Amino acid sequence: MFLGTKTTTFMLGVAIGLSGTIATAKSNIVIGLQQEPTTLDPTADATASIDGIFTHNVFESLTTVTETGAVLPNLAESWKISDDNLTYTFSLAKGVKYHDGTDFNADDVKFSFDRAMGEDSVNPSKKIFSKITSVSVVDPHTIEIKLKSVDAFFLFNMAKGDASIVGSESVEGNKTNPIGTGPFTFTSWKRGDRMILSKNMDYRDAANISLDKVEFRFISDPAAASAAILSEELDAFPGFPAPELLPQFEADPRFDVRVGSTEGEVILAMNNAKPPFDDIRVRRAVSYAINRDEIIDGAMYGRATPIGSFYPPHGKAYVDLTGTYPHDTAKAKALFEEAGVAGMTMTLRLPPFPYAKRSGEIIQAQLAAAGIDAKVENVEWGFWISEIYKKQAYDMTIIAHTSPNDMGNFARGKKYFYGFEEQEFTDLWASIRTETDPAKRDEMLKQGQRYLAENAIHGFLFQLPRLGVYRNGLNGFWTSSPVLYQPLADVSWAK
Amino acid sequence: MGYFLFRRTVGLFLTLFAVSIVVFASMNVLPGDPAITILGIESTEDARAVLREQLGLDEPVLGQYFAWIFNALQGDFGVSYSYGVPVSELIGERIPMTLSLAFSGMALTTTLALFLGISAASYHKKPGDWGVMLLSQLGIAIPAFWLSMLLVLLFAVKLRWLPPGGFPGWDEPLSAMRSLILPTVALALVQSAVLARVTRSSALEVIRLDFVRTARASGFSKSRVLWRHVLPNALIPIVTIVGLQFAALVSGTIVIENVFYLPGLGRLIFQSISNRDLFTVQALVMMFAIIVVLANFLVDIAYVLIDPRLKGRSN
Repeated sequence: MFLGTKTTTFMLGVAIGLSGTIATAKSNIVIGLQQEPTTLDPTADATASIDGIFTHNVFESLTTVTETGAVLPNLAESWKISDDNLTYTFSLAKGVKYHDGTDFNADDVKFSFDRAMGEDSVNPSKKIFSKITSVSVVDPHTIEIKLKSVDAFFLFNMAKGDASIVGSESVEGNKTNPIGTGPFTFTSWKRGDRMILSKNMDYRDAANISLDKVEFRFISDPAAASAAILSEELDAFPGFPAPELLPQFEADPRFDVRVGSTEGEVILAMNNAKPPFDDIRVRRAVSYAINRDEIIDGAMYGRATPIGSFYPPHGKAYVDLTGTYPHDTAKAKALFEEAGVAGMTMTLRLPPFPYAKRSGEIIQAQLAAAGIDAKVENVEWGFWISEIYKKQAYDMTIIAHTSPNDMGNFARGKKYFYGFEEQEFTDLWASIRTETDPAKRDEMLKQGQRYLAENAIHGFLFQLPRLGVYRNGLNGFWTSSPVLYQPLADVSWAK
Repeated sequence: MGYFLFRRTVGLFLTLFAVSIVVFASMNVLPGDPAITILGIESTEDARAVLREQLGLDEPVLGQYFAWIFNALQGDFGVSYSYGVPVSELIGERIPMTLSLAFSGMALTTTLALFLGISAASYHKKPGDWGVMLLSQLGIAIPAFWLSMLLVLLFAVKLRWLPPGGFPGWDEPLSAMRSLILPTVALALVQSAVLARVTRSSALEVIRLDFVRTARASGFSKSRVLWRHVLPNALIPIVTIVGLQFAALVSGTIVIENVFYLPGLGRLIFQSISNRDLFTVQALVMMFAIIVVLANFLVDIAYVLIDPRLKGRSN
């Protein structure tokens, strides 16, 4: 997934769940978000804020994940995996009710999966269900899912909002009146202004939920967001959009600023399918021309970690490859000349996100120093999707890939907008996807990172940070996040 | 007057017809695909195809247009692609906000501008006049969003007298009014700068005329002459500008709505265009067109009311 107006990673934030906070503390919270949902059903629309608000708060899935990406049980209390890794048998939680009072059981799970996988499905992540051959109800509290081939990311993917377990009685109304099994119920939405969730008193773990009321306010303008935080209208802004405005909050004792990481690798994508970027010398020259520190300072005000390949620095299998092509303008210049492209004009089409626009201007200057004239074109998101993503009409662009486990983008063939295809990497990715031994998989992921860095497929810039501003005394928001959602069940005020 | 009304009404419908074609055509020419916007880039092609069919996007453009016109004439403006609710509902819930802001903005603009403009004219070439001129020059030069930020920093962040933004709706009249104060002031300060200058120069023209001297000579007080004799005769250019400003105000609230995160029409149209939400954009643009045409129409009527001599000409 990309970081877009629609797909902006919603960063609600952290949590070291300080358990045992006493109940006399404040029990309501006002959270600021930059993006407002359009509809309220995470299984029918990819807008990131829908997941951000509803996934694992109003809706639940079979599994859930922690801040570090470890998979935990949720509606499925436990599971058994067959020896061939193809059959998963989930034991479901008992006594669970939907917010409309109907009972949750294995039929709902089957219904939800059939709906997501079916021919008429408009599920935004239909792909994650593609390996499933059958979903069968064993008894009201047991469900069996069979896969056609091994999928190492299956349990992780089942935690997604797209895999929410919806109720067959209420699914039709979910777009405007979402009914799930989660710790919070949907109360009201005044479009354009605010949305309110309330604690689900019948939740199976209700005693441990400390918030009674959660109010979301939608503020897209960073300066307005900043004023709203300073005037104490908001308690939290987990996906704060403007790194340049953070120092004022850091200097203010009322606030707690947390800078974490996301799954978003920001890359300078080069169109590998056409000249001059089908020539590895040109791609290497671009990699030498880029000065990551300067880009991070200028575009992110220093709040980001540089990357040398396509894997997040907080990941277990991370290798630091930022030194593969250390910044060297002279070398870049020489390589451009050798490849016969020195003095050439290329387009750098930038989507309308601050990280892209700011990085783009700096990269333009860095390429100019190496003898390449990059023409910056600022384009609108719809234009980016249709011209760059669908038609591959570009030389270079800057984009953040915010999905977890997305190294497979490089195995999507020449038709994907990278225009890159190498059998060696495609095979490697196929093995990564089907390897269930974590140690072996990590080893292969490292191999993949090295391959992408050495072949300079793209310019790898930095990991998109997750910037959060919170009122002091607010606990439970994640600092970093491997997913689009933030479980509010862990959030509480210190006494 | 009857013919005048008839001509205006026909004009309105022709304008709307032209606007609808332009919007439909441009939304279709614009690169972008509502199905991808809704389902995201990771979606599969078959899921997008199902959604396109559900939304009716796979029908020929001409057919879509005529179906839209046919339904619109019966008061059905379609269902928003991205929100999944009827467009009329989406717009309906936002109208109170934008209209409240537009009217309060307009009221403050006219009050301020008339007062400052007439005062400046009466103190022509004296410090009071220069003061007003300087202020209005400043008002014209300052961008509305910047002024808004300053107001928020002072009254919401520093003094905490007023909320920094948001609009709770008219169900809570008191907080609704409080929420409108800063946006209204931000809107009116800039708009009234222009209007004050027009009022001043128009009043100056009239002040020089014989009947004003006569009025003063017959013993009427200065302020009575200004407000009862000069102002009514100076109104024509002022009303023209007010009309233009009202039209600009309704569409111009987009900036203010953004800075004060108000749930109004400006923000809705902005989001709808980026979401490629054809029906919502279509309905909103038509509505803005109606407002502009209506504002002009009202200005014309106002001319006749202010200066009955124009009545003959309009026929």
